[in-house]
Amino acid sequence: MSSTLDNLVRMANQIAANLQHEPDPAAATAEHIHLFWDPRMKRMIFDHDGTGLSPDAAKAIAALKASA
Amino acid sequence: MTYQPQADFGTPASRSDEQVTLTIDGREVTVPAGTSVMRAASEQGTSIPKLCATDSLASFGSCRLCLVEIEGRRGTPASCTTPVEPGMVVKTQTPHLAKLRKGVMELYISDHPLDCLTCAANGDCELQDQAGAVGLRDVRYAADATHLGQTKDHSNPYFDFDPSKCIVCSRCVRACDEVQGTLALTVQGRGFGSKISAGLSSDNFLGSECVSCGACVQACPTATLVEKKVVEIGTPERSVVTTCAYCGVGCTFRAEMRGEQLVRMVPWKDGKANRGHSCVKGRFAWGYAQHQDRILKPMIRASIDQPWREVEWDEAFAYAASELKRISAKYGKHALGGITSSRCTNEETFLVQKLVRAGFGNNNVDTCARVCHSPTGYGLKTTFGTSAGTQDFDSVEDSDVILVIGANPTDGHPVFASRMKKRLRQGAKLIVIDPRRTDLVRSPHIEAQHHLALRPGTNVAVLTAIAHTIVTEGLVDEAFVRERCDWDEYREWADFVSQARNSPEMLEPVTQVPAAELRAAARLYATGGNGAIYYGLGVTEHSQGSSTVMAIANLAMATGNIGRRGVGVNPLRGQNNVQGACDMGSFPHELSGYRHISDGETRRLFEGEWGVPLDPEPGLRIPNMLDAATDGVFKALYVQGEDILQSDPNTKHVAAGLAAMECVIVHDLFLNETANYAHIFLPGSTFLEKNGTFTNAERRIQPVRKVMTPLNGLEDWEVTQELARAMGLDWNYAHPSEIMDEIARLTPSFKGVSFDRLDQEGSLQWPVNDAAPDGSPIMHIDGFVRGKGKFVVTDYVPTDEKTGPRFPLLLTTGRILSQYNVGAQTRRTDNVLWHEEDLLEIHPVDAEDRGIKDGDWVKLASRAGETTLRATVTERVAPGVVYTTFHHPLTQANVVTTDYSDWATNCPEYKVTAVQISPSNGPTDWQEDYEAQARRSRRIAEAEAAE
Ligand code: SF4
Ligand code: SF4
Ligand code: SF4
Ligand code: FES
Repeated sequence: MSSTLDNLVRMANQIAANLQHEPDPAAATAEHIHLFWDPRMKRMIFDHDGTGLSPDAAKAIAALKASA
Repeated sequence: MTYQPQADFGTPASRSDEQVTLTIDGREVTVPAGTSVMRAASEQGTSIPKLCATDSLASFGSCRLCLVEIEGRRGTPASCTTPVEPGMVVKTQTPHLAKLRKGVMELYISDHPLDCLTCAANGDCELQDQAGAVGLRDVRYAADATHLGQTKDHSNPYFDFDPSKCIVCSRCVRACDEVQGTLALTVQGRGFGSKISAGLSSDNFLGSECVSCGACVQACPTATLVEKKVVEIGTPERSVVTTCAYCGVGCTFRAEMRGEQLVRMVPWKDGKANRGHSCVKGRFAWGYAQHQDRILKPMIRASIDQPWREVEWDEAFAYAASELKRISAKYGKHALGGITSSRCTNEETFLVQKLVRAGFGNNNVDTCARVCHSPTGYGLKTTFGTSAGTQDFDSVEDSDVILVIGANPTDGHPVFASRMKKRLRQGAKLIVIDPRRTDLVRSPHIEAQHHLALRPGTNVAVLTAIAHTIVTEGLVDEAFVRERCDWDEYREWADFVSQARNSPEMLEPVTQVPAAELRAAARLYATGGNGAIYYGLGVTEHSQGSSTVMAIANLAMATGNIGRRGVGVNPLRGQNNVQGACDMGSFPHELSGYRHISDGETRRLFEGEWGVPLDPEPGLRIPNMLDAATDGVFKALYVQGEDILQSDPNTKHVAAGLAAMECVIVHDLFLNETANYAHIFLPGSTFLEKNGTFTNAERRIQPVRKVMTPLNGLEDWEVTQELARAMGLDWNYAHPSEIMDEIARLTPSFKGVSFDRLDQEGSLQWPVNDAAPDGSPIMHIDGFVRGKGKFVVTDYVPTDEKTGPRFPLLLTTGRILSQYNVGAQTRRTDNVLWHEEDLLEIHPVDAEDRGIKDGDWVKLASRAGETTLRATVTERVAPGVVYTTFHHPLTQANVVTTDYSDWATNCPEYKVTAVQISPSNGPTDWQEDYEAQARRSRRIAEAEAAE
């Protein structure tokens, strides 16, 4: 994995971990990534096979990818 | 425009609402109750002679020059210590008074060197003025014993002390006590033998507790304490009011000039942020503006291993534009970006982000606030609805409990710290939450009721435990919460914090804060009257920075400490214009006024004004730009007034990112560290050389005024404008006021701001709009900007940065009073006398375990890198924690900081790095290589010989 992708995976997991108390953590995570990540970062994590992502982060990214 | 000293009414203004009418010299005057007779006379235009009184200090009544006669009273009371009373009839000039005053003056003058003509303060000396005012023409006695001929103290780099000229009025001593709160000076001895001393009689100013704030110099009525520059250049002949370019306090100064030469910066009494006070940086450390290291000509080079070549501005702009266009054509427009500076004006910052959005065609713009207060923006917007502090600085005068978390105001925000300390000396209670025993914890006449010395990285846990105490002990202001906040969200939050796992006792092993102490602090904050929270980068620069800001907001809402004077949530901003840079749309996801780039309506407003379509997708943040650069897809960067190589974390990664770019444009005063990787250098102008505005930590927009011609020829906004024009943009601003007009047209919270209004009002606190035409000193008074205040559950998520056998200590970083951030400015002033190098603070136990003694060279290593510096062994830091500053490039403290960051904003986790310390005997290979590379990179080719 490139170090950028490592970073993105860590960031996604961190966001999900900090939004655990939202009514729908995966949706809140998706919304956060939608609002703050640039298109290339989104593309990179969409293209990633999901290794290393926490369940909520993975769910958020799948949902974002589907709506992209 | 001739020189006028600032008005001095003799005693401070009274804040009473009650009015009193009296007669002075036959004229009726009405003033607030509590005003002195001296001030009442002065406000009416009659100045009573005085020496020991000045309106920044409580009256003292020692010189007996200000005597008056009052009908029905015996004797001649001192007007400075006599309060007005209704119906009082006062005479300030009678033959009897004149005789008394002459006698007093005669005594002073008989013991004063009569070298007025050659004295540095000639024409700007109150003793001289008062001798004239009382009509002293000759001195009858030749004093047998005098204080003349004493040794001068030249030790302070900025001011001299000549005791022979001292009249022992003690204004300096009182200024140091009352205004600055350092208590460095004393009057030693009594009667004729009394003299002013900085600490012990053996001490000089430099070796004393003095922090060189200049308050005593300003208070001194004679030339005893005088700026060295006045001695060197002469007294000023005109003055211009402007704003300090160092920290987020935003002190305003009179730049006192002789021609185009700056003689001194004197804090402006009408300045609403500083109320006439200053610190060593703004008052004295402006010598960098004329420093020989300043680069005054544009320079270019094809690659960073070549020496620089000086060129004319036109060539520099044309080359920069052609490079940017080439890169955009070759790699796509997303390969370009820009960084705005929190040191530059609002107008300059606005132009840089406009250049990126409208010129480069993307949103790849970020600002150095990324690395300091981006979590404040996120956290306060989420909870309250505005990305800014809630109070003005005056508010602290009404605080009963002051909670300082992750801030070191005596070093970072000294003028505000002085105001805070004044309130603490009056009896307000203090809670400090900080891993280090900062100066505030214990200083003269001040002692924190509670110092919660938490383990770095556990802020959220500590705040949750405080919330637990407040909720479970029934200390919540339920009426406030029901009226002002979303009750369901509150309930959810209250349930969460009430869980047993969030009690101070359960969290103690994590936070290392004794539970009983934490509970006591929580009770004090919730029940001690007006509670105000002040915080700094020790809150934001963590993996949970944004959560910590929200946890703070939760506490303020739960206790009803929001929406009036004396309370609130107050971020202490690092740089002078952090607030402004954020307001101006410097973040990649936001347009000015914190409106998201995906919001079509806002975008259309800008598109209409700018005449180009805007990209609706957020751009790259600084760390993301560097990642993209090392991935080979981000190729060009325009950096204004920012040194990311030194200030951003994980220096090696920053260096690799910059090295991978094809066009780095640095726009700065000096060849900073980032410029070692630059291809184009555009010389910048100092705050003395340009017009514009800065916005301080209180949301106060203040004018920056040009007092001299830019040495480099152009103001910074002109440089950006020329670059934009070279790229084909049709920009035609004739003056920064036109940029502010555009900001006001596009930004609802700035709607009522203009240079004309700022000139009239002195300053304005945003929002300035139809609802608040004169600005908003205190926010959320009747309701939160977002409607209902939002409680956010903030669960403690430990950082991934863990100590272990290899890196058993936690490093945290900060700054000190005399230096400013990367030090590019302060290192080029005499402030280096106070801080020659960055030092590593280490607890005696940790030092002993490693065989380290005070002053030893040590190696500081983390998983990111290693550096060396000298150790200082101190109990200020707890065992297991080490601390350093990052003001000097050779120390490269950021070689060891990692790229871990805040979950919401990517603000780097500077405050927590797992490290190991070991003895060392010199610089690391990285330091040596870096120095060699920096030397190579700074070469400037000899200009070709003239024909
Ligand atoms: S410069 Fe400031 S700290 Fe130093 S003695 Fe004067 S008032 Fe006190
Ligand atoms: S140094 Fe100046 S302010 Fe201080 S006592 Fe002497 S004359 Fe007064
Ligand atoms: S406190 Fe800040 S704004 Fe004020 S003089 Fe010092 S550095 Fe400048
Ligand atoms: S000015 Fe009033 S006693 Fe000195």
